[in-house]
Amino acid sequence: MIAPGTEAELAEAVAGATGPLAIRGGGTRGAAPEGEVLSVAGLSGVRLYEPGALTLVAGAGTPLAEIDALLAREGQRLAFEPMDHRGLMGTEGEPTIGGVFAANVSGPRRIAVGAARDFALGLRFVDGAGHVVANGGRVMKNVTGYDLVKLLCGSRGRLGVLSEISLKVLPAPETSGMLVLEGLETGRAVAAMAAALGSPYEVTGAAHDPAAARTLLRLEGFESQVGYRLERLAAQLADFGTPEAVRDPEEVARTWAAVRDVEALQEAGGAIWRVHCRPSVAPDLVARARAEGALLDWGGGLIWLRVPEGTDLRARLGRFDGHATRVRGDGPEPAAPPEAPAVAALAEGLRRRFDPRGIFDAEG
Amino acid sequence: MDMPAPDPAILARKDELVTRLKEILPERAVIHDAAETRAYECDALTAYRCPPMAVVLPGSTEEVSRVLALCHRLGVPVVPRGSGTSLAGGALPTADCVLLGVSRMTEVLETSYEDRFIRVQTGRTNLSVTGAVEEDGFFYAPDPSSQLACAIAGNIAMNSGGAHCLKYGVTTNNLLGATVVLMDGTVIELGGAHLDAGGFDLLGLICGSEGQLGVVTEATLRILPKPEGARPVLMGFSSSEVAGACVSDIIRAGVLPVAIEFMDRPCIEATEAFAQAGYPDCEALLIVEVEGAEAEIDHQLGLIKQIAGKHDPVELREAADEDEAARIWKGRKSAFGAMGQLGDYICLDGTIPVSELPRVLGRIGALSADFGLRVANVFHAGDGNMHPLILFDANTPGDLETAEALGAEILKLCVAAGGCLTGEHGVGVEKRDLMAHQFAPADLEAQMAVKDVFDPAWLLNPAKVFPLAASEARRAARLAAE
Ligand SMILES: Cc1cc2nc3c(=O)[nH]c(=O)nc-3n(C[C@H](O)[C@H](O)[C@@H](O)COP(=O)(O)OP(=O)(O)OC[C@H]3O[C@@H](n4cnc5c(N)ncnc54)[C@H](O)[C@@H]3O)c2cc1C
Ligand SMILES: Cc1cc2nc3c(=O)[nH]c(=O)nc-3n(C[C@H](O)[C@H](O)[C@H](O)COP(=O)(O)OP(=O)(O)OC[C@H]3O[C@@H](n4cnc5c(N)ncnc54)[C@H](O)[C@@H]3O)c2cc1C
Repeated sequence: MIAPGTEAELAEAVAGATGPLAIRGGGTRGAAPEGEVLSVAGLSGVRLYEPGALTLVAGAGTPLAEIDALLAREGQRLAFEPMDHRGLMGTEGEPTIGGVFAANVSGPRRIAVGAARDFALGLRFVDGAGHVVANGGRVMKNVTGYDLVKLLCGSRGRLGVLSEISLKVLPAPETSGMLVLEGLETGRAVAAMAAALGSPYEVTGAAHDPAAARTLLRLEGFESQVGYRLERLAAQLADFGTPEAVRDPEEVARTWAAVRDVEALQEAGGAIWRVHCRPSVAPDLVARARAEGALLDWGGGLIWLRVPEGTDLRARLGRFDGHATRVRGDGPEPAAPPEAPAVAALAEGLRRRFDPRGIFDAEG
Repeated sequence: MDMPAPDPAILARKDELVTRLKEILPERAVIHDAAETRAYECDALTAYRCPPMAVVLPGSTEEVSRVLALCHRLGVPVVPRGSGTSLAGGALPTADCVLLGVSRMTEVLETSYEDRFIRVQTGRTNLSVTGAVEEDGFFYAPDPSSQLACAIAGNIAMNSGGAHCLKYGVTTNNLLGATVVLMDGTVIELGGAHLDAGGFDLLGLICGSEGQLGVVTEATLRILPKPEGARPVLMGFSSSEVAGACVSDIIRAGVLPVAIEFMDRPCIEATEAFAQAGYPDCEALLIVEVEGAEAEIDHQLGLIKQIAGKHDPVELREAADEDEAARIWKGRKSAFGAMGQLGDYICLDGTIPVSELPRVLGRIGALSADFGLRVANVFHAGDGNMHPLILFDANTPGDLETAEALGAEILKLCVAAGGCLTGEHGVGVEKRDLMAHQFAPADLEAQMAVKDVFDPAWLLNPAKVFPLAASEARRAARLAAE
């Protein structure tokens, strides 16, 4: 294992590599690709935190837990709500902030505030030739040059190794509450979530568990605001039944952590798929998937499915506006969604430019 | 500011090019008469002008594809254009280019309220996107001050922002999908009506690439339900430093306004003379707007007033009704027009960390005195995106150059303070030669490598964004290949 302690050492290690490298943050993704392990755990620590400017700069190997704790002390948080994959993937380790951005991991609040990539202000990385590259910065608005920050976010280590990330944080709200609708079938649940997300009450979570026929709608804000909005939203959703209002923030937090980490599908066995789609087609996709288990988040725009390993889920789903990724287990088709030839050619061109020797090819 | 000399070999083939363009486009979509191409000689950075060799105004993605394929084959550079409101010279033509305008492509292709998106052709103006959905209670959030005129095409290319992006984000945060035509005519689809496309985030890469990677012809945009209401409060302070500290305190307190706008004395005086908004006589003022239902607004404004109170405001005025709200915004919205009345100006848009506001404002004041040119500041304070306006007289020889030199010093100051050269207007030609102050050679090389992949011959808007010296080898390789 190579374990650089500084960015310069990282650059040297990459430049001197003679074979494929397997980049590791906290290693929570489970099975590592082949190649010598390159751990970024040594590039750890928060380098700057300005609560009044909503910005934080950290080494890519910084544990997520350390950042969460630091922010909590100032009443702030990572608004995009990155999930903890350990339960779903059956892995151990400490998720790192670099891993979160390398995989563009965002949770239920993504529908309201954006994805991890929307909170990345700048980053530094080492490309496949060992060059250190900086892009973006630590300010909220920045259109200077191309946005390589977006390109690197979600690139799963295939274009370079992140060494440092600066990100935007947000104030944590005073309180939260939720409405729970019982007994809706999936089509009605998606319609109820669309109605809620189309209201002015700024719903920050809209999920549906088909097995339990439970639909959850989260609201966050000031104490009086959440009370008012729960009432108004319930009235607006009268067609879908009489929702129960939950005002205990701890219960709300527990419930949404379970949605975020896909607890409903965590039990061992089976392949786990993540489907991004246009929300209104979700009911149809769920029907076509014939899955053992399903969970809808993002108002239906994100569907988690568990099917027996070896299932050709893409064949079942057919064509739709979106894509499906297998995040756990094996199957006949590649885990990542197929790309149109012209898009695949651009992606391949970028890989060859950023990693001419192909040492990150085994990644992601 | 220099532009590369036009390629005589291309200029010599103008007639052939025009003939071919007329074969693949409707007659009226090709403009080549010198009197008519002049209308496209500049964008809102009017100090620089150059009519293009020809202008094409295609009406569909298919026609855009045909034009690009032809220009690619003939080795002719293409400069894309939306509405031409760029303040950075992004749409400035070269004499040997085809200017490709999308202004005829203005259709709404699909609207879905249940899935909360609208799909439009990119020649559609920003404001008319909201116009298409507002009767049904929705809006498109990014709101550049130029929104009446600017097109979604330019918004995407520049990743434009607006007064309300503190809460709603800039263009890239509201863009779900795009149809893009590459320089060789290939049409690609990125993203769609779903969130987060798979694979590399090419959509995020295209957004803000200033028309150098592809021509965006259609876009899927996120639309949001309109808030129940909104109300601004106006606060005057005895110094810019105090106003800056107040901004930081508001953000820290956990209130997240939709907008925090800042104006300094020179700007307040100019807008008062121009728009009579009734602004107080003070060194700096803030306009803070919050959204929600009446009671929610009262609560948030209560908190904000409490914080402002600790900074001894010289004035604290809350809008009691729509009319007063409009009055509070009136001055801010006419600030650019008001400055225009005072003479010519250059509008900068460097961004700095909010915590640096007081110090940077002080330094700008000192630089303004050194250079002997007046500078007024009006900007989005919540996110540190400054807009220093440098006043000069275009008729005084040397004044423009002095103003540009002062502008360069201010932008270097922004970078040194931990910020950047441009927060929302883009690099274009205006800030092109300052890029080396923000980026190391390896940083620029990585960006240019991206263009190599999308546009290997460097034909799309080639003389922008990167310092000419840095991009020279690549542009020269194209000429050598001809
Ligand atoms: C849609 C989606 C799909 C996912 N699919 C997979 C999957 O197919 N396989 C999988 O293993 N995990 C997958 N994950 C999980 C995710 O990668 C982890 O949860 C990660 O975010 C946790 O961080 P970590 O530090 O444990 O990262 P690790 O588990 O150590 O690494 C996770 C990924 O990020 C990369 N990475 C980590 N740190 C850096 C860095 N500093 N610079 C560059 N790249 C870095 C790794 O190369 C690897 O590709 C997926 C997540 C999502 C949201
Ligand atoms: C008074 C005034 C106020 C302004 N206020 C703001 C503000 O508040 N916030 C802000 O962000 N900006 C502001 N601007 C700047 C400007 O309006 C924005 O940059 C706007 O997005 C430009 O849009 P446009 O359609 O006019 O683009 P153009 O000026 O025509 O072009 C801008 C860039 O986009 C490229 N481009 C155009 N069409 C395409 C296409 N189809 N595909 C690919 N590339 C393309 C061009 O090549 C060029 O590089 C302001 C400008 C003015 C004059």
